[in-house]
Amino acid sequence: MAEDIVRVENLKAYYQMNYFGVSREVRAVDGITMSVRKGEVYGIAGESSSGKTSFIKVLAAAIRPPLKVVEGSVKFDFKNGPIDVATATPKEIEAVRWKHLSYIMQGSMSVLNPVRRIGKTFHDFAARPMGLTGKAFEDRVIAHLARLKLPADVLRAYPHELSGGMRQRVTIGLATVCHPEFIIADEPTTALDVVVQKEVLSLIRDIQKEMNAAVVFVTHDMSVHANVADRVGIIYAGRLVEEGPTREMFFAPKHPYTAHLVASLPRIGDVKQRPALEGRPPNLGDPPQGCRFHPRCPLAVDKCRQEVPPLETVGPDHRTACWRWQDVKPLVGASAPSGVMA
Amino acid sequence: MTTLLDVRDVSKRFTMGGIFGRKTVDAVMDANFSLSAENPEIFTIIGESGSGKTTLARMILGLEDPSEGEILFRGQKVSRHGGRAEKLAFMSQVQPVFQNPFEAFNPLKKIERYLESTARRFLATSDKAAIDRAMDEALQKVGLSLKEVHGRFPHEMSGGQLQRCAIARALIPNPPLLIADEPVSMVDASLRMSIVNLLKSLRDDLKVSVIYITHDLATAYYISNRLIIMQRGRIVEMGDARTVLDNPQHPYSKLLKASVLSTDDAGDGKLATDPGMVSAANGLVGQAGKLVVRPDGREVRVYG
Ligand SMILES: Nc1ncnc2c1ncn2[C@@H]1O[C@H](COP(=O)(O)OP(=O)(O)OP(=O)(O)O)[C@@H](O)[C@H]1O
Ligand SMILES: Nc1ncnc2c1ncn2[C@@H]1O[C@H](COP(=O)(O)OP(=O)(O)OP(=O)(O)O)[C@@H](O)[C@H]1O
Ligand SMILES: [Mg+2]
Ligand SMILES: [Mg+2]
Repeated sequence: MAEDIVRVENLKAYYQMNYFGVSREVRAVDGITMSVRKGEVYGIAGESSSGKTSFIKVLAAAIRPPLKVVEGSVKFDFKNGPIDVATATPKEIEAVRWKHLSYIMQGSMSVLNPVRRIGKTFHDFAARPMGLTGKAFEDRVIAHLARLKLPADVLRAYPHELSGGMRQRVTIGLATVCHPEFIIADEPTTALDVVVQKEVLSLIRDIQKEMNAAVVFVTHDMSVHANVADRVGIIYAGRLVEEGPTREMFFAPKHPYTAHLVASLPRIGDVKQRPALEGRPPNLGDPPQGCRFHPRCPLAVDKCRQEVPPLETVGPDHRTACWRWQDVKPLVGASAPSGVMA
Repeated sequence: MTTLLDVRDVSKRFTMGGIFGRKTVDAVMDANFSLSAENPEIFTIIGESGSGKTTLARMILGLEDPSEGEILFRGQKVSRHGGRAEKLAFMSQVQPVFQNPFEAFNPLKKIERYLESTARRFLATSDKAAIDRAMDEALQKVGLSLKEVHGRFPHEMSGGQLQRCAIARALIPNPPLLIADEPVSMVDASLRMSIVNLLKSLRDDLKVSVIYITHDLATAYYISNRLIIMQRGRIVEMGDARTVLDNPQHPYSKLLKASVLSTDDAGDGKLATDPGMVSAANGLVGQAGKLVVRPDGREVRVYG
């Protein structure tokens, strides 16, 4: 089994805000322990506002106020040495950025400077880590963009001159051109058509294999996880509630929330809504006691309302945080073939 | 039948890259369709990334003028130019929800300010209670509330929450036509369903027509009346949504449907597409062809 490239230990990261003397705290990441192996693709899923982006920001060493790491560690083992990004200085982080650790942020515009041509942005970020200049650099970038189905012309364009999906591919290009050891991608393909999405996902996989890089990617699109991830981790209300090999997560989930998530995916041919989860996602400013999923859980018993279930090992590489994991059954629809349904 | 929206032979050509090394891009070529005023519908646009969907939407919104052809809204020509009052009146009728919620909101402005200025403008009032009520009503329609949004900046919300705020904002003037450019791409499956159901109820209960741009074929199938499929600036197939998606005819439409990822083989890492389908679809790019009506009523672009 490959060694770990990163180990996250009891990580807690909160947004701490103070408005006119009233302080507010959003516990977006609340005690996550997990690790990612070298050469592995690890997918993170979970509903909107569950804390996926917040977690990934800490992992990517992109921690900015009001987000603060209040506890725990994120230890990477890079070729140029170990680093704990939860406590590293900006200078230490600068030394691993792009070349070792790269981050594709959610919302592709944010990294692209609106008044700089794409080519210039590539130069700003990638020329130095790649140790190339002039024509040699440009040729490498153009070849790389071609793999993302982008013409060389985009280098001359300003961000607003590109479509949403083109911009998203540009940021993927930026994050992969230096062949980093660890790639973090937050919703990297949400703005792409399904044809290009598939090509881009294959490309990310190819680069990952060529370089034996590790990839952590976040998306709420379960069909992407199904086809790309080696392992999938599910975040619910700031906590990892289950992780396991992709196949098992889809066909033998051990957490009721996972069972719901994998069955909720709409398919072409659906003319009826799939059963939705009752209730609302918890408020991360004041999460429920005990298991955070209990107010929406069909299996909840008294113990779930009082005690937080630990993340326990239930099979090879498979962990879940549920008191009743032995009673979890895959929901109907999870493995139904596609096609017209009444 | 009176028409709400009439898109007539519309094309848009951009010049890219400024003064140095000019290059033109035909973002939209010869688009034709119309929406009826009496029968509100969800009219969906799907297609290739970069095929001109957003450009078409921006022209309908009057944010961009067509290079050729014209767009009529209730018989009036839509244009980037025109007086303020005229523009305001138009904007209260056709409201956008944009692709990327992170771009739609100014990071330095509180969300409620953004909603508030829209309410103030369209309700033509400065009565705080009325404005708050309008904002709260709009937010409730998308599963949020004024209380939840109060005091928050865009970066304090998740992608999904932001996108719901953007839809709420668009609903404030009660427009008869909503242009939603990938309104669900940032949200999870259950929220996605709640948002498309919202669009559905806007159509069914409030008689709002929606132009729904998406990459998600499943929700397109679920809510659309008609749809068009675009490839490189051209409409390649158009018709009843379920007729088209059940059995696509144009090679690009076929490729699109075949490329939808499924969870049936979860864990097998299947990402290959049939190369024959890919080359069939790509081989047609650049050829004009023409749209031909099929017996089942759909139109398909044919060549040669
Ligand atoms: N800068 C911030 N300041 C305060 N709260 C924040 C900030 N960013 C996010 N939050 C809050 O933290 C929680 C987790 O948000 P996060 O962006 O991590 O969710 P997510 O799982 O990535 O959701 P999505 O799928 O919608 O992108 C949410 O309640 C959100 O409102
Ligand atoms: N302001 C502009 N200047 C120059 N070219 C532009 C401009 N806006 C769009 N384009 C070009 O027009 C084409 C169509 O872009 P558009 O944004 O309409 O695509 P789209 O179908 O919305 O794609 P996506 O699915 O990725 O959002 C692209 O080639 C793009 O580069
Ligand atoms: Mg996010
Ligand atoms: Mg677009």
